[in-house]
Amino acid sequence: MNGVHDVGGMDGFGRIEYEANEPVFHEPWERRVFGMALTGAGVPPKSLDALRHELERLDPLQYLSSSYYERWLARIENAAIEAGLLSRDEIADRIKLFTTDPEQPVPRLEDPERTRQIAHALRTGRPTLRRVRHKPRFAIGDKIITRNLNPRGHTRLPRYARGKRGVIVAHHGAHVFPDSNAHGLGENPQHLYTVRISARQLWGDTAQVKAHVHLDLWESYLEPDKA
Amino acid sequence: MSKQESRQGHHHPRSLSGPALRTKAIESLLVEKGLLASDAIDRVVEIYENEVGPLNGAKVVARAWCDPEYKRRLLRDGTSAIAELGFGGMQGEHMVVVENTPRVHNVICCTLCSCYPWPILGLPPAWYKSLAYRSRIVREPRAVLHEFGLDLPDSVEIRVWDSSAEIRYMVLPQRPPGSAKLSEAQLASLVTRDALVGVGLVKLP
Repeated sequence: MNGVHDVGGMDGFGRIEYEANEPVFHEPWERRVFGMALTGAGVPPKSLDALRHELERLDPLQYLSSSYYERWLARIENAAIEAGLLSRDEIADRIKLFTTDPEQPVPRLEDPERTRQIAHALRTGRPTLRRVRHKPRFAIGDKIITRNLNPRGHTRLPRYARGKRGVIVAHHGAHVFPDSNAHGLGENPQHLYTVRISARQLWGDTAQVKAHVHLDLWESYLEPDKA
Repeated sequence: MSKQESRQGHHHPRSLSGPALRTKAIESLLVEKGLLASDAIDRVVEIYENEVGPLNGAKVVARAWCDPEYKRRLLRDGTSAIAELGFGGMQGEHMVVVENTPRVHNVICCTLCSCYPWPILGLPPAWYKSLAYRSRIVREPRAVLHEFGLDLPDSVEIRVWDSSAEIRYMVLPQRPPGSAKLSEAQLASLVTRDALVGVGLVKLP
């Protein structure tokens, strides 16, 4: 989707705000949101692709005005409501309760087996490399043009890199295709390549000297450059 | 953080900010419904707050500087070479290491979200996740690096790596001049997160 998350090349977001000796989490609530997100919070996303698409579909104004963990919190809340696990009234009532009585603790539920499973899952990860029968269409050194795709759903071809000429510099085997997997339409693994595109090709006269951008792009995002 | 402060007001020292209250409400409701394991939350926070961080990446870099065979393996198959040192897992399943040289400087980013190699760098800093970094690093890398205090001559090619798939990148910085006598452990202590992302260089103290 041509969403507000797709910010590569946009202007107007200002300087980089660097914080020396930055802590991993700035606020205690960010720890809980991170932990809830990684443990599923009752509504684990079907895949990382699906999770990314849920975040992309937040209201654009909310997306832009929220911090990273505020977006994650919004995703947990929306998913729990959509799944019928929580209601808006229930959440509002609980917020009221904690506002009037800030000393009220959060209840605890211990589940050592689940804790062990999650720690193990973090160690093993979720590789996306798949074996496929079809041969790669492109080889290292091939010139390509990225397609001008504008799907309404999830995609990992950023707007700034559409319709651009580049060169294949690496082949990573076949990987789960996010554009279908995010929607529960199957993994449909495709060959994945690193494509090198010059700054000049991307930004024209405003390009900075001697710069290239590399993106990892699936085969169906690309066509041969016959020029 | 100013937004949180204004939401929170200043009349009650113990009052929580908007997202803090909302988080507390949602966590308590999900626990009551048996949908959350409190200890699992504690554990994942502990892992990324105390156990997994840029020191892992620094160890990989120091090993590569001291062992040319290891460096060769690292640049050929990052995932396996990094696993040799015991690192791997979520958000580091497919690792590629890109080498800085006198003629090439690499920098990593994720314009579409905030992909980052967790097992060797830990969780990303706020600036990496910011709209400013995500939008600008692909468009004006030299201007962005300048804001980090890094001014590279025009003769150095800048390679930006936008993590658009599940490949995760780490920069192998240049070994600082004058470091020949340092041990691997001493070298590792010099390698910063910023150098591993490519917004800084490794320097002697």
